[in-house]
Amino acid sequence: MQLYGTDISSRLLLGTAQYPSPAVLRAAIEASRAEVITLSLRRETVGGSGAGFWEFLKDSDCRILPNTAGCHSVQEAVVTAQMARELFGTDWIKLEVIGNSNTLQPDVFGLVEAARILCADGFKVFPYTTDDLVVGEKLLEAGCGLLMPWGAPIGSGQGLRNPDALRAMRAHFPDIPLIVDAGIGRPSDATRAMELGLDAVLLNTAVAKAGDPALMAQAMVQAIEAGWNGYIADPMDPRDMAVPSTPTLGMAELI
Amino acid sequence: MNIIVNGQPHEVTKATLADMLSELDFTSPAIATALNGRFVPREDYSETSLSEGDRLEVLAPMQGG
Repeated sequence: MQLYGTDISSRLLLGTAQYPSPAVLRAAIEASRAEVITLSLRRETVGGSGAGFWEFLKDSDCRILPNTAGCHSVQEAVVTAQMARELFGTDWIKLEVIGNSNTLQPDVFGLVEAARILCADGFKVFPYTTDDLVVGEKLLEAGCGLLMPWGAPIGSGQGLRNPDALRAMRAHFPDIPLIVDAGIGRPSDATRAMELGLDAVLLNTAVAKAGDPALMAQAMVQAIEAGWNGYIADPMDPRDMAVPSTPTLGMAELI
Repeated sequence: MNIIVNGQPHEVTKATLADMLSELDFTSPAIATALNGRFVPREDYSETSLSEGDRLEVLAPMQGG
């Protein structure tokens, strides 16, 4: 798939937070075969705490997708994006403008406004949005080249709360990369997202909080590949009644 | 001069942002700054002067989802 003109072969984008240790994070990234990993910015402590972590990830071959997690206003998100561009040396930004602290659902009005400002400034915006078609259209008008609808609230692991809406997004935006961002809990959730025709999945907690994060990362990438291949292979339509799969022609008369 | 650095009050003697970051012991090259809610590019550090009560944010890479 192509994200802003860049060929990305892995359809799993992986978050880097909440792992039990840097070694486990590294193992999970390797097992996931992810080419894009998400990062954030937080206050530096005197003497420097973030640098070591950054050095470790800079050595990986992954593309960095910084986020604006925790930003509740347009100004916070825009300034965070500007700082991320300098710090990580990339114009990719996962744009989050959070509207509610409990549900972490996007403030879609602020999201569209921030996207417009950042796209005009040359950013390649990855907007964390809802599955609302009109909001999607507004984001594309603002200059976004892809959409990242939620499956369920961030970190909830509930899977796809509204698969019909995601299917409608696929039909409505046939040529726009659609990445399910947030809510995936199990490999079957990821498979289902891919079977709906979405292009990729971005997840973090489902891997980081698994008992064996590296094994879960492997399971997720297998699930995503299976779902995608299943979508491309054009599945059969369900039938109400049974249809024999073994030929009935040539059946022996045995009674 | 008293300023707020990452939410905490600090007393500093230097005038420019570049000198102040050294004074505050922010030695890592992997930082980005905002002054009073506005991004300050790295190339502007030596020409950026701070005033009493200014709010400085110094951010670094962190794990994220």
